[in-house]
Amino acid sequence: MIEARGLTKRFKDVVAMDHVSFRADDGRVTGLVGPNGAGKSTTLRVLCTVIRADSGRARVDGFNVADEPLAVRRQIGALPHLSGLYPNLTGRENIAYYAAMQGLRRREAKRAVDTVIERLGIGDLSDRRAKGFSHGEGIRVALARSMVHRPQTVILDEPTNGLDVVAARALRDVIRDLRREGRCILFSSHVMQEVAMLCDDLVIISGGRVAISGTPEEIRRRTGSEDLEDAFVAAIGPDEDPV
Amino acid sequence: MNTVTTVLAKEVRDTLRDRRAVISGLSGALFGPLLFVVVMNFTVDRTIDEGEDTLEIPVLNAAEAPNLVAHFAQHLIDAKVDAFESREALRASVRRGETAVGLVIDEGFGTALGEGKAARVWVVSDRGNASGHSSVRRVRNALGGYGRMVGVLRLQLRGVDPAIARPIAVLSDDVSTPSGRSVVLLGMFTYFLLFSCLLGGVHVAVDATAGERERGSLEPLLTLPASRAALVAGKFAATAFFMAITLGIGIAAFSIAIDYLPLAEMSMDADFGLEECAMAFIVLVPVAVLGAGLLNAVASFTKSFKEAQSYTGIAILLPTLPIILVLLNPMQPTAPLMLVPSLSQHLLITGIVKGDPVDPLYLAISAASTAAVGILFGLLAVWRYRSEKLLV
Repeated sequence: MIEARGLTKRFKDVVAMDHVSFRADDGRVTGLVGPNGAGKSTTLRVLCTVIRADSGRARVDGFNVADEPLAVRRQIGALPHLSGLYPNLTGRENIAYYAAMQGLRRREAKRAVDTVIERLGIGDLSDRRAKGFSHGEGIRVALARSMVHRPQTVILDEPTNGLDVVAARALRDVIRDLRREGRCILFSSHVMQEVAMLCDDLVIISGGRVAISGTPEEIRRRTGSEDLEDAFVAAIGPDEDPV
Repeated sequence: MNTVTTVLAKEVRDTLRDRRAVISGLSGALFGPLLFVVVMNFTVDRTIDEGEDTLEIPVLNAAEAPNLVAHFAQHLIDAKVDAFESREALRASVRRGETAVGLVIDEGFGTALGEGKAARVWVVSDRGNASGHSSVRRVRNALGGYGRMVGVLRLQLRGVDPAIARPIAVLSDDVSTPSGRSVVLLGMFTYFLLFSCLLGGVHVAVDATAGERERGSLEPLLTLPASRAALVAGKFAATAFFMAITLGIGIAAFSIAIDYLPLAEMSMDADFGLEECAMAFIVLVPVAVLGAGLLNAVASFTKSFKEAQSYTGIAILLPTLPIILVLLNPMQPTAPLMLVPSLSQHLLITGIVKGDPVDPLYLAISAASTAAVGILFGLLAVWRYRSEKLLV
């Protein structure tokens, strides 16, 4: 579970986050939606303890991101914007590195790596060096890597970006599986259709501020739009152009 | 601790998979000794040859000065009388570099000498031709000696004590030992070892920080439950590991190369066996700690792989600077000097090559201070890793 309250972050003159508050519950998929440069990645980075907010607080499974970063990191599995695999290591070695870094013991780690490889159906990638992976293959291995320790909270930054139809669908299946297991999934996207297909809750963010949040149904009702995309445009205001 | 060894193992494996990294890392350790042997043999050959061999020089108008030619012959300078037709031909040959030095004796040389006047002689040389310098020096010295001899004879003929024309007698008293004279050689020796050792860690330091950031693998790494200090320690250890390996290979290569060095000609002891190798490794290995800290700190402040490569390229020159200083201004080992990284290693290695026993106190001070500086740099990298500027 994620609770963010009043998160604010400034980079020099740019306000990347301006009092961002929302919550993402266990057993639900929460979508963080907004145009490019809205502050989605910054929000996710703060929740992943990679950067610190200037003010406001956030808790992940009860742990404060600012005061207990190591405890937070034990709870989360994060997939950042780029897959960030090590090109000289094989798919399996990339995953095993993270399993070891998560503190899994040798045998435990091996079992976890085998399980996640099977679960994501990436057996054909496990013994190839990451150097030769396509973008989609890289994302799948990176996702496996972020989930190898079975984290309670999964944070994904635009995971379906650049994936083909089949790969995107496979990824959505994985996300639904995680929801069934009662995990908390927070992912960012700027593709409205995808969000509509997957999300139980939406947080629409624009210019560093939360414009509106709630279930897709609530958002449609409150903006008076039938279509979620229209609702999105209505929520962020006419100046912003969704991409 | 677990995290540190995990990161270390991963960085070592990652680097060994990269053939280019391995080759570039080893290049210094292997080419250094080779270059050393070639350069030293060349230099020693030249100084020795030119000191002992008969020097042949063309002399024009030799008939004017038969006594001078005889004087030259005593100094192993052989006057070739018919080599050139004219002074112009001689000058042209010197300009082309075919002749190092030639002598033109003035038409009135014999007459001037007989009348007690200054007899003229031209030394034809090209100052831009470095390889001719020692020949020119020999010819000038021989000419000077002949001139003084004639002067002494003239004064004696007139009943004057020749000492009156030499108010000061400059005598030299050289106390250098053969191995002391080879300080430049020894300086190059530690310089190469140090440099190749540092070079061995450049790739892994750059790849593990700036490379990691450029590939986008740093951000997920920072979301793992590992402290920043542990991450840096793992990368630090991997860098030091490769530096130590390269150092070991470099020393081994040098111990082989030293058999091919013209040490006997330089009156040096060629004893650099297993024991000396081991001692040299112990003396130098703290430099791996220093280098690992330095390179990781520098690389953590750069934004891209290329930027990191250029800055670490400059950074690895830093530790070699004290050695250049000591080459210009030779020093004897003292306890305070042992506090200076790389200078202390240089002085200790010089002692080992000379065959002196290593003072354990000096070794301890040198190792501790060098490692301490490395760890300080490491802490700087940790501080940098804690800053979010690392990512932005």
